[in-house]
Amino acid sequence: MAPLGEDFVLRLYVAGQTPKCLRAFANLKKICEQYLTNRYRIEMIDLLEDPGLARGDQILAVPTLVRRMPTPVKKIIGDLSNTQRVLAGLEVPVGAA
Amino acid sequence: MQIRKARTGIQGLDEITDGGLPAGRPTLVCGGAGSGKTLLATSFLVNGVKFGDPGVLMTFEENGDEIASDVASLGFDLPALVDAGKLFIDYVRVERSEIEETGEYDLEGLFVRLDHAIRSVGAKRIVLDTIESLFSGLANANILRAELRRLFRWLKDKELTAVITAERGEGTLTRQGLEEYVSDAVILLDHRVNEQVSTRRLRVVKYRGSHHGTNEYPFLIDRNGLSVLPVTSLGLEHEASGERISSGVRALDQMLGGEGYFRGSTVLISGTAGTGKTSLAAHFADAACRRGERVLYFLFEESPNQLVRNMRSIGIDLQPWVDTGLLIFKAERPSSAGLESHLAAMYQQVRDYQPSVTIVDAVTNLLTVGTQNDVRAMLMRVIDYLKVSGVTGLFSSLTSAGSSYEGTEAGISSLMDTWIVVTIDEVERERLRSLRILKSRGMAHSNHVHGFEITDNGFKLADRRA
Repeated sequence: MAPLGEDFVLRLYVAGQTPKCLRAFANLKKICEQYLTNRYRIEMIDLLEDPGLARGDQILAVPTLVRRMPTPVKKIIGDLSNTQRVLAGLEVPVGAA
Repeated sequence: MQIRKARTGIQGLDEITDGGLPAGRPTLVCGGAGSGKTLLATSFLVNGVKFGDPGVLMTFEENGDEIASDVASLGFDLPALVDAGKLFIDYVRVERSEIEETGEYDLEGLFVRLDHAIRSVGAKRIVLDTIESLFSGLANANILRAELRRLFRWLKDKELTAVITAERGEGTLTRQGLEEYVSDAVILLDHRVNEQVSTRRLRVVKYRGSHHGTNEYPFLIDRNGLSVLPVTSLGLEHEASGERISSGVRALDQMLGGEGYFRGSTVLISGTAGTGKTSLAAHFADAACRRGERVLYFLFEESPNQLVRNMRSIGIDLQPWVDTGLLIFKAERPSSAGLESHLAAMYQQVRDYQPSVTIVDAVTNLLTVGTQNDVRAMLMRVIDYLKVSGVTGLFSSLTSAGSSYEGTEAGISSLMDTWIVVTIDEVERERLRSLRILKSRGMAHSNHVHGFEITDNGFKLADRRA
């Protein structure tokens, strides 16, 4: 199967390796593999290393997942433990996998 | 132990708070929409830069450009301060409709941003305006409350002098109960409109570990920014002068223990229309100018030209004093402004001009813009300020025909040291003017009713006793 390209550009903002942030990353990875196979790219931003980046995407809560592509920008905050809500937030039709 | 204070640089506020806000601690500033919270907070930051304290403005409601243009009219140039690296503005926007919440989170992002902002300019002061907006942006109030608690502790640990603004709630200081977290100092702002006259007030509700004035103080927002008028009895500690000055009418001086008024005292002259109140005021002004002293004359009923002309007809020529600048008239319609604005204007003019005599003709005109209680409260402030400044104050008061003067002036006479009443009686088709001294603190004075006439040469006491 040919890759479909990166339809989904996802940016996960974390602040250090906290359990919440690690959990969010693991949850995100799992959801993407299952529902967005070969159609996503995840960028991790650790605000402790790049504090200046928090303003650009209006980050307040950590972890925050930002859907940068496709537009419009969407935000999901929390450890992404509820898959259905994450999919709803990313506007991924269930069954698209 | 006296706690450290961070000056706000806001005229009056530093006096009420005995030096400023608690340094290194958060202060809550609450009030309704349009009460001046943002302006107070911004002034605190901008003045802080003048005192050498860089600052951070984290705004949750307006973006940096909006705030900058809001305060530009007050002479604050925020972009210049930002360019100079003295101020960091971060606009935090939270739009609930754009955010999905799933699972646990914290507000570390906010902390990171604050920390970044603080480090960028080496901030000593910080404003969060209005952090309560987060409650409408984030669904999980429990997380939010826990994080706010952590935030305020964090600010304290960093020893930042913080101003946190909040909306006034129904029956509570703030809508979200922030007073529970920020308890070092609480300032309440209020904006009321009574009979189309707007009045702003400020009150220090709480100030842990410090003396502070507890009254409601009027405050003004004008082109000079924000100023609070603490011209009220913080104490009755002014010096009482023993020096006497002439009333300008020799016979009246005789009645006043032979020497006239005490310098720095307050004099009330009341009477019905046309009894000669303004004439007595003019005599007093003339006498002061003859001594080479400065006189500030507030006029609410007629124009300065008219007054000068009228007084010339009874032999008092004030024009030379106007020409030399010893006598300054401030004529204004009472309805042109609210009481507080009049108070502020008087306060500023007395401060700027430094007169030795101030005349208010007539205080009763102010009743058209305020209730008797309000006018009394305002006069108390004016009088306090005059007394502290050692200025002799003369106030005329119009008694409405048919009413007893004791009733009309009951409210304000108690503030006065000397109270003179002038009356006209119709006796056998003759109008007989009379004058008596109802009181004059600290001196032996005449208890008689003295007849008088107003002649081409001014006041003349008639040698008759009614």
